[in-house]
Amino acid sequence: MSKIAAREAYGTSLAKLIVENERVVVLDADLTKSTKTVDAQKACPSRHFNMGIAEGNMMTVAAGLATCNKIVFASSFAMFATGRAFEQIRNSIGYPHLNVKICGTHAGITVGEDGASHQAIEDISLMRGIPGMVVIQPCDAYETEQVINAVAAYDGPCYVRLGRSAVESVYEKDYQFEIGKASILKYGSKVAIIATGLMVQEVLNTVSELKKLNIHPTIVNMSTIKPLDEKCVIKLAQEHDVIITCEEHSIIGGLGSAVCEVTATNHPIKVVRIGQKDIFGESGKPNDLLHKYEMDYSAILKCIKNNI
Amino acid sequence: MRRNIISMVARAKSGHLGGSLSAVEIMVEIYFNQMNIEASNVLDKSRDKFVLSKGHASPLLYAVLAEKGLLTQEDLLTFRFIDSKIQGHPNMNYVDAIDMSTGSLGQGLSAAVGMSLANKIDNNNFKTFVLIGDGESQEGQIWEAAMAASHYKLNNLCAVLDFNGLQIDGDITKVMNPTPFDTKFEAFGWNVIILVDSYDFKQIGKAFNQAKLCLDKPSIIIAHTIKGKGVSFMENNAAWHGTAPNDEQSSIALSELGGNV
Repeated sequence: MSKIAAREAYGTSLAKLIVENERVVVLDADLTKSTKTVDAQKACPSRHFNMGIAEGNMMTVAAGLATCNKIVFASSFAMFATGRAFEQIRNSIGYPHLNVKICGTHAGITVGEDGASHQAIEDISLMRGIPGMVVIQPCDAYETEQVINAVAAYDGPCYVRLGRSAVESVYEKDYQFEIGKASILKYGSKVAIIATGLMVQEVLNTVSELKKLNIHPTIVNMSTIKPLDEKCVIKLAQEHDVIITCEEHSIIGGLGSAVCEVTATNHPIKVVRIGQKDIFGESGKPNDLLHKYEMDYSAILKCIKNNI
Repeated sequence: MRRNIISMVARAKSGHLGGSLSAVEIMVEIYFNQMNIEASNVLDKSRDKFVLSKGHASPLLYAVLAEKGLLTQEDLLTFRFIDSKIQGHPNMNYVDAIDMSTGSLGQGLSAAVGMSLANKIDNNNFKTFVLIGDGESQEGQIWEAAMAASHYKLNNLCAVLDFNGLQIDGDITKVMNPTPFDTKFEAFGWNVIILVDSYDFKQIGKAFNQAKLCLDKPSIIIAHTIKGKGVSFMENNAAWHGTAPNDEQSSIALSELGGNV
């Protein structure tokens, strides 16, 4: 199957959407070619605005547009969209619950060569803490297109986390994304793996090796991190001995934390969190980084073996 | 209006008097002579908009909305109390006539830029007014928004700078000098209008009319104001930025103000 980056799919989806829906307005902060909003700019230049390298202003401008019945997509790298502009998002978008879709590309350490200054590993944590904010991370190009259409149809603030790297397709055409609904990719026993973003593919890469060891985990794509599909998590906790969470994000405050919050209250079970271990990343090739920081297929395999 | 402002803050035992009293006449001009906002069209998306960028001057906004019949006197009694729709800083979801939730400084001008852009996209001709503070202009975002407004030639945007010269910690030029405002905004591509006497309705009206004449730039009225205007012991005194008067101070203030403004 062909490999497509989530941001590429974001660009093409948004270009379609801006033509189809007159309420859609797109803002970018001098990264149109990287975030791929350049596609929407070409498709509809009158509703695409480059706000320059001023992310805080961009987010509050997005809020102002949303007060006038616009559906606003505001894009930058995940680091600057959610980090630089956190307080603008919190007070001008989150607090008034405005219809702004913050789309952060280049999330996680697979940004690669640019290094730690550009690798958002706290963005899920930041966005998840804002009351009423929806947080979604699609796992492949097909899901990205569905997510973009779903957030456009949803009335309220959303954070969509997108990766830089090309990923293989997880889904065929019959999948239907729904905000707040987990997608179970494989039913198994004993161990349940809950993954998000490109980590879904890393987890799927372990399947054939695990089969040889007679290990058959349940594998779940948790694309919506907030509101979390609590029913699904509780059921997984009830039916398995251990849950392993996988995310290209700090183990503090992200998917792993969200899963622990639900299991701790409803059905205490051992949860092992795979992610960035409270440490900054560095420059390097994406796959080398995933390997060094123990988030790649081999680290997941090792973790499963150790916990079964 | 000034009596309502004093009473609201006194009752709540908290709130911001100085920067509310400074711009009363300006807000009267905006809401009674410039904006097309009435109880009958408050939900109309194409009416004129106002953003209180210096959101701590919420008593000023609530007082003018009450004069317009967009809030009631009973509403004003609830200022800063639990379950109130008039929060310490404005919340747009609780009051139809409030166009943006503000309070975190430096953001209102950006929100107004967003509204003006929406206006341009839709080919509407509503105007967006925004009141910003002089101390607030220390926020870098004010200048990011200023850049964006002139870049997109938002001539339907009119900002007013409440230039009272004081912020919580004192004289704005001593805390962190944001002046000169006129040449800065000019350099950022704005049409700058100086309002020397912000308590003379003739001069205020003239300033807004000058703003309307500019068709290729956003306009800013730099309004020379007096913090705490109307109450002798509050005027030009930074200590009254965010202090509530006690019963005695409150009754002196109310008697000084006499009848309605």
